[in-house]
Amino acid sequence: MDKRISPLSRIFLIVMFALLYLPIFYLIFYSFNSGGKMYGFESFTLDRYRELFQNTRLLIIVLNTVVIALLSALISTIIGVLGAMMINKVRSRRARDSLLSLNNILIVSPDVIIGASFLILFTIAGLKLGFYSVLLSHIAFSIPIVVLMVLPKISEMSPSLLDAARDLGASRWEVMTKVVIPYITPGIFAGFFMALTYSLDDFAVTFFVTGNGFTTLSVEIYSLARRGISLDINALSTIIFLITMVIVVIYYLITNRTKKAPDMEVFK
Amino acid sequence: MENKSTRSLYMIPYVIWIAFFVIAPILLVLYYSFQDLNGNFSLTNYQNFFTPIYLEMTLSSFWYAFLITLVTLLFAYPTAYLLTKLKHKQLWLLLIIVPSWINLLLKAYAFLGIFGTYGMANKLLEAIGMGSKQLLFTDFSFVFVAVYIFIPFMILPIFNSLDKLNATYLDAANDLGASRWTTFRRIVFPLTIDGVKAGCQITFIPALSLFMLTRLIAGSQVITLGTAIEQQFLVTQDWGMGSTIAVFLIIFMFIVMFATGTKRRRARG
Repeated sequence: MDKRISPLSRIFLIVMFALLYLPIFYLIFYSFNSGGKMYGFESFTLDRYRELFQNTRLLIIVLNTVVIALLSALISTIIGVLGAMMINKVRSRRARDSLLSLNNILIVSPDVIIGASFLILFTIAGLKLGFYSVLLSHIAFSIPIVVLMVLPKISEMSPSLLDAARDLGASRWEVMTKVVIPYITPGIFAGFFMALTYSLDDFAVTFFVTGNGFTTLSVEIYSLARRGISLDINALSTIIFLITMVIVVIYYLITNRTKKAPDMEVFK
Repeated sequence: MENKSTRSLYMIPYVIWIAFFVIAPILLVLYYSFQDLNGNFSLTNYQNFFTPIYLEMTLSSFWYAFLITLVTLLFAYPTAYLLTKLKHKQLWLLLIIVPSWINLLLKAYAFLGIFGTYGMANKLLEAIGMGSKQLLFTDFSFVFVAVYIFIPFMILPIFNSLDKLNATYLDAANDLGASRWTTFRRIVFPLTIDGVKAGCQITFIPALSLFMLTRLIAGSQVITLGTAIEQQFLVTQDWGMGSTIAVFLIIFMFIVMFATGTKRRRARG
């Protein structure tokens, strides 16, 4: 295929990329501003970063966010893998399709609706809003994406592989741990990472189901931003950007190493 | 040796999840939509929804979602098209996606600075002699930021369908004397319509229900269905009315999904 693109197209692409990254670098740039505003750069300073690392409240919130993300990704991956196995067992096409539709409801639902309905659910169940309600919600909305990442891997697995393992005397447990799990590992990784990003990225659902005592980063940024501009957020976003880049690179390496991982199209 | 019931034990967590976090919440929303403020069964919420205030809000919410989707598509399609022509296209695609992994709130917050009174956008306007303007808390900035947020999700499916396009069709069209515009209109676009539909679905439904962007960027200029639900649930504490709006949002969602057809790809915003 020829790779010619006109200079005009080239400019268009450059502008698009510039626009996409502009807000992020804008934030990072002003995190070094001694002026305390997101305009009129005065002089270079690292004060914001110093402040940030002394701001224990914010650090605890970051910690909360990470704990919620890791725990919810871990638990939803386990449940999601079990769910994918169950869906894979269903033979009837119609039953399978309706199960998948049920599975996908939380993926297509707008966040506001997930948040509002979970708020009703937790209130009726008498669960105090806070850490556990946030954790449960994050697990709940991450499960379906794990299922979607793992299911293709499970269904492409040849049944003769399992037969062979059983013929050779493997117990059910051994078939599971020695054959099935290693085979679907790329799918599991992809699911885990997606669950992680869903959790880290979530604002709306958490906003609904978090009580007074518990906050995650998104919710905190929202309430800070509603009060106006605080360059602590800028410093924080620099750090988040760097961490995201590291995660992206790790993810890229993992998916490239395990060649047949779900391709980019499953991403969103 | 193994009886059937122990064999199905592993299904329990997933089935519980479906029952409690998929089916129950929908039923609860439906149930609450029929309750008035005192907890009695009533249809007042539905009557309220069909008053001009809510209908107007719904219409404007649709209008903005439509506008956002259209603008996003107009910028995403050429971008995706040009990306497929680049040498390291998968790497470039990854670079398009990376911003979407930065927390949404941070990006919205960045625009508070860019569109602010003394921000970069106004500096630019002054430099080209248009003078500074109130940008923040207008519907322009709302649409702009929303397009910014959604564009990677629109580019992705379109890129994928363009990438799968069989290049020999283009050669054939070319050989048969089709102009570049005809080739695009009669071959490229129809063959990538699935990607476009998926992208529109990914954009339109979340655009209907955005609420934090509306609050942060548009101030009180724009009210979407999402803002209304948040308002009813968390400010007014009228769960009944909030649920009713949610029921309608769910119905609209199904209509949009049905209209955009493709059942294969899904997304959340």
